[in-house]
Amino acid sequence: MGHHSVPNNPITGIPDHVEKATLEGKNKYVAFWFFLGGETTLFASLFGTYIGLHNSGAKEGLRSYDIFEMGLVFIMTMLLLTSSLTSVLAMMAMKRNDVKKMKMWLIITLALGLAFLAGEIYEFNHYYHIGHTFTSSAFGSAFYTLVGFHGAHVLFGLLWITTLLVRNWNRGITVVNAPKFYVSSLYWHFIDVVWVFIFSVVYLMGMVK
Amino acid sequence: MGTHTMGMPKKKSGIMDWLTTVDHKKIGILYIMSGLFFLLVGGVEALMIRFQLIKPMNDFVSGELFNQLITMHGTTMIFLAAMPMLIGYMNAAVPLQIGARDVAFPFLNALGFWLFFFGGVLLNLSWFFGAAPNAGWTAYAPLSTVPESLGVDFYALGLQISGFGTLMGGINFLVTILNMRAPGMKLMRMPLFTWTAFVASALIVFAFPPLTVGLFLLTFERLFGAHFFDPAAGGNIVIWEHLFWIFGHPEVYILILPAFGIFSEIIPTFARKRLFGYTTMVFATMLIGFLGFMVWVHHMFTVGLGPVANAIFAVATMAIAVPTGVKIFNWLFTLWGGKLTFPVAMLYSVAFIPSFLVGGMTGVMLSVAPADYQYHDSYFVVAHFHYVIVGGVVFGLFAGLYYWFPLMFGKQLNEFWGKIQFWLFFIGFHLTFFPQHILGLTGMPRRVFTYLPNQGWETMNLLSSIGAGFMGVSTIVLVVSIVAALMSKEYVKRDVWGDGRTLEWTLPVPTPEYNFAQTPLVKGLDTYWLEKMAGNKTVSVSEEVGDIHMPNNTILPFVMSVGLFLAGLGFILRLDYGTVGLVVALIGLATTLVAMFLRSWIDDEGYYIPKSVIEEDLRLEAEKEAK
Repeated sequence: MGHHSVPNNPITGIPDHVEKATLEGKNKYVAFWFFLGGETTLFASLFGTYIGLHNSGAKEGLRSYDIFEMGLVFIMTMLLLTSSLTSVLAMMAMKRNDVKKMKMWLIITLALGLAFLAGEIYEFNHYYHIGHTFTSSAFGSAFYTLVGFHGAHVLFGLLWITTLLVRNWNRGITVVNAPKFYVSSLYWHFIDVVWVFIFSVVYLMGMVK
Repeated sequence: MGTHTMGMPKKKSGIMDWLTTVDHKKIGILYIMSGLFFLLVGGVEALMIRFQLIKPMNDFVSGELFNQLITMHGTTMIFLAAMPMLIGYMNAAVPLQIGARDVAFPFLNALGFWLFFFGGVLLNLSWFFGAAPNAGWTAYAPLSTVPESLGVDFYALGLQISGFGTLMGGINFLVTILNMRAPGMKLMRMPLFTWTAFVASALIVFAFPPLTVGLFLLTFERLFGAHFFDPAAGGNIVIWEHLFWIFGHPEVYILILPAFGIFSEIIPTFARKRLFGYTTMVFATMLIGFLGFMVWVHHMFTVGLGPVANAIFAVATMAIAVPTGVKIFNWLFTLWGGKLTFPVAMLYSVAFIPSFLVGGMTGVMLSVAPADYQYHDSYFVVAHFHYVIVGGVVFGLFAGLYYWFPLMFGKQLNEFWGKIQFWLFFIGFHLTFFPQHILGLTGMPRRVFTYLPNQGWETMNLLSSIGAGFMGVSTIVLVVSIVAALMSKEYVKRDVWGDGRTLEWTLPVPTPEYNFAQTPLVKGLDTYWLEKMAGNKTVSVSEEVGDIHMPNNTILPFVMSVGLFLAGLGFILRLDYGTVGLVVALIGLATTLVAMFLRSWIDDEGYYIPKSVIEEDLRLEAEKEAK
């Protein structure tokens, strides 16, 4: 609509709150919060299904407390939590108009996300070989659906942030690309929060006999 | 317009314009036309159902076909007719009512439409594979997990794709209404249709994801051998029922709230009075939306969740009658003492009040959990929800069609034939569904494809089927009327009803693609009416004439949707055609992902309509007004 021009901050050379400096940016920002609201009910439904089917139909030796490898899951949790921190550092660099730092922190975020995903693939492969599969029981179906939905979100986030990074590699920080980086980092935090719930509800509670 | 194409890149014409448009007005037309098409499809299914039940032991259709008909009738009417038409009105009216030049996300808007459309096509393609879904529109497991029939696969994937589109539409309208309002358009000055569109959009955002999950579980169960609903492997069928109704009940309000909004626009216009109790209308709308999430178990009273759960959900359900009652009284008080006229839009609005009231009262009856054990799965329930959905939503759809048709097409539906259409439909509706209350109370179960003679059900079933015939004839009249109006060369004037109260009626006919040459300045509720009362011909503006930024047309939303359509089809056919199906599925997914990538990669900054063009348009319009 109108020509909203927010003046540049003389120190950074870009507007303050560069992610919301245009109407388009504000729209993206608000829309993404609503989208995350919808995602919350999506994961709530998956959690509900999982809690309802926890250990249901699983054979002796394939219950959650028999199979979960807490050491690996703990490392994965730390990787993902750290990646949330690095994505905050990237956004802080973006607001300072420090492109180099932003790119560096985003690449570290991607690397951490990738390491998390590798851990998850290893974990799923391990469970598969001891007989806990998608079709082995209702518990198996619910476990892979919940944790797999989260994993798919991580994968999508990696592809998304990579695309943004490559596309904007030589473009600096502008009122056009800043909202995109910003909402992708909101997304990244969101999947981190979901993981905290998965860690608590699936893994920690799963260890209780 | 049209003549000023200079400096407008990426303009398409003819069919390509419709496939690539990102203009909310055109997308609104696409939604409404597709919705009307699916309304006819669902209507034919309804007529076949009623023809089968016209007499005992009829053999017009088989039991299997009957199951397919009731499933597809319900699914089509809810997901592919009613909801798209309402979203169509939101597109046609909301940006204009709030003084905006477009929705917040024109691209997403187009994507939402095409996803809905191809989801609907996928669902209906099942007829051509001889395997329409047959597990009821609620698709309860284990009916829906029987592996033999492909039908439920079409249901799960068709609704999934169309649901993504609806979710996008919901987010889009929330942001549009929050961020795109003209100066002075405070929240409590928004027309009530915009308010109901806002609340319904919020319901979409929070209610559709549980359906998404439910459909994914169903798809995984059917295609990949999961065991969510398989008790033998530890599954639990009640999970589907919960997920479906956590979505399904808010869905009812997603449908009825915008219909309430339509009536709340029409009644003040033709009563020539401000809407009575505007503030309470807004809060009643929010309260209904809020409570709508707390009542889903009333669909599951007989599942056996226990007296505590049933009691809580029964009380919550009864509580919804309070804000709804507030609304009913507000409409009545708006009519009271008004200078009433009764064009077709108003006839539907006035007819809605008692019709919907009957549905509301049977709703309160059904909310009494112990009594529900008697009504459950009987024709009483069928009568109840058709009174609210037809007497509420469909009356609203028709009222909105007559009211906003001139806004969308610049032409008017014939009022004489409209009145015939109305009376046929009104009489047919009550004749069809009133007897079904009695059928239900005398014990006729729903979803039976035939019944034995001498149970006291013959007369009421015959009456009901005759009523359906009336509605069928009425619909033919409507279709002819629409075609005649579209083919006519008679354009209407600006503010066709003469007493328009809201911003959409200030616009020239046909509405320019940029909507408002100058963004209006809103001075209060019903700002156009306020200006008229102050002796002004049109509303104040908040900006000088200047260049207007517009988004470019794009084919990507169409391509993304075709991709998901192919993916869905491929996954379904994988079972019968093996690798071929899988290849189709992968090609489809790849198409969508590449289109998404292109959308992300290609910069599309749109274009500007220069100030000179806008000034010329304003001059021509002023000349037209002077005549």
